[in-house]
Amino acid sequence: MELFLQLTLAGLAIGSIYSCVALSVVMVYQASDHFNFAQGEMAMFSTYIAWTFLGMGAPIWLSFVLAVALSFLAGVVIERLLVKPVEDAPILNQIMVFIGLLVIFNNMAGWIWEFTIKPFPSLFPADFGFKSSLIGPHHMGVIGLTLLVLLLVFCFFRFTRVGLAMRAAAANPDSARLVGVSVGWMLALGWGLAAAIGAVGGILVAPIVYLEPNMMAGVLLYGFAGALLGGITSPGGAVLGGLIIGVLENWVGGYVPGGSELKLTFALILIIAVLLFKPAGLFGRVVVKRV
Amino acid sequence: MDRPNPITPGLLIGFAIAVAFGIALPHLVSDFITYQFTLAMAWAIAMLGLNVLTGYNGQFSIGHSAFFAAGAYSAAIFIDHFGWGPYEAIVAAALISFVFGFLFGLPALRLEGLYLALATFALAVATPQLLKFDAFEHWTGGVQGIYVPKPDPIVSSISADQSLYYVALFIILSLMVITWCLLHSRSGRAMMAIRDNPIAAKTMGINTPLVKTTTFGISAMYAGIGGALFTYASEFVSPDAFNFFVAVYILVGSVVGGIVSIPGAIFGGLFIVFMPNFAQDIRLAYEWLPPPWAIFGVFLILIIYFVPFGVWGSLERLIVWTKRKVSG
Repeated sequence: MELFLQLTLAGLAIGSIYSCVALSVVMVYQASDHFNFAQGEMAMFSTYIAWTFLGMGAPIWLSFVLAVALSFLAGVVIERLLVKPVEDAPILNQIMVFIGLLVIFNNMAGWIWEFTIKPFPSLFPADFGFKSSLIGPHHMGVIGLTLLVLLLVFCFFRFTRVGLAMRAAAANPDSARLVGVSVGWMLALGWGLAAAIGAVGGILVAPIVYLEPNMMAGVLLYGFAGALLGGITSPGGAVLGGLIIGVLENWVGGYVPGGSELKLTFALILIIAVLLFKPAGLFGRVVVKRV
Repeated sequence: MDRPNPITPGLLIGFAIAVAFGIALPHLVSDFITYQFTLAMAWAIAMLGLNVLTGYNGQFSIGHSAFFAAGAYSAAIFIDHFGWGPYEAIVAAALISFVFGFLFGLPALRLEGLYLALATFALAVATPQLLKFDAFEHWTGGVQGIYVPKPDPIVSSISADQSLYYVALFIILSLMVITWCLLHSRSGRAMMAIRDNPIAAKTMGINTPLVKTTTFGISAMYAGIGGALFTYASEFVSPDAFNFFVAVYILVGSVVGGIVSIPGAIFGGLFIVFMPNFAQDIRLAYEWLPPPWAIFGVFLILIIYFVPFGVWGSLERLIVWTKRKVSG
């Protein structure tokens, strides 16, 4: 029973990181109907930026905030400069631009910070004043911080004018434009938010998987799986999907022999299964296409 | 433009010159350069497969590294475990990759555009881990991989590198001709009809699922043959040699050469093999430049913006444009 609880709690912690990535995937998808294959590498790059601030002597929380803020700006700039020109291009061209971004970020990170594996400190203190045999302090902090981020995102979309405008731009661009919403900038804002949330995910996962240029490949795959499972059209669903994937992953790793070696294959099977049997995901809208 | 080129005297002459150049090449350059051209052809064969799938059938794949790996590993296992000769092993690798591709094509039937790209992305990311899996270690050699000796020369008067080069040349030329015939056949027209308008194609009585899965199989088979040749040239297979970036190379090569074309694949293969060397040379002169693959990413995005049809597609458009100008 204790093993079960440990696996589940650790699963929830890692799952909340997947939730962050899944949420950024959904944000981009909602904003501009793309899967951003470079989302993981962007988050990895943000994590390196936080690491650089740390190396310059900044306290860890300051580094965290600065890295997330810079990622937000970078997301906006990338949308304006690179994604907007291919808005109406064939899907293949759009995919190629994302692949290009992935290659650039991966190699630039390797060039600037080298490919060696680096330890990354946890954002959280080594103990919160109480000890538990079921869950470590970093995992506990991860769950708390992710919940906070999600709450902020929810409040932003639910209670602010900009959030409302962004939802309008995603739901019905033409009508939104007619009532004076600058749709293009809302999309860019969506990209910025996605990059910022991805950065949170990257900085939270780095102490667990260690910092290296390829650290996000698996995490991104799980993020995609979570987003699809929850429903690519539903931000709340994506968060829940990420959590479910995290817990499932840990159960498979803990109970299925050889399971921990086949984690990525598990994600692959899950992605294909969801796409085949429930393409709208658990909470997504079923899209009816008129022919 | 989105059909394979018809046979014209110009095309035939061009093809003949290319073949003659291809045959003469190993006698003009060193064994190492010959080896690099063999690698380029191995890549080009995989890209040709992707061109058939994406360019002519409209199905995306950013996971062709999986089929490349399937071919490479099948060939290596048949040679290493069963003592087969390298050329029988290529045939076996082709068949096995075809089966893999066909099977992956079945779920792919229900996935459109972006979602298919995502599923194949997942396949590519998961491939190295599958190859390392303990239960297959007896066959795949686990993390260590498998050593594959370079095939002996077909005739004793040439070196092993030259011999492999001619084998690769023979295979790629045959596959290009076969692809051309395939695309001009009834099945080829069915493939393109599905790309252009799936619903209309179905209404006209085309068995869409069968054509799409078979195309996936054929495309994977090409990738597998490319993978097997790649293994012979590099004499080694290991799981991490088939990571996601291999899928990126194949896709990028296809797009650079011109994804809706047959000869474009050759440009793609040459680009993937020689561009990094070239970029490395430039870097020796200008040390402040970022590494080749980062420049390459920038280059890739520029290509998409400015030359979206790739080398061959642009050439075709240039010829058509010139003809129109000349005829007034």
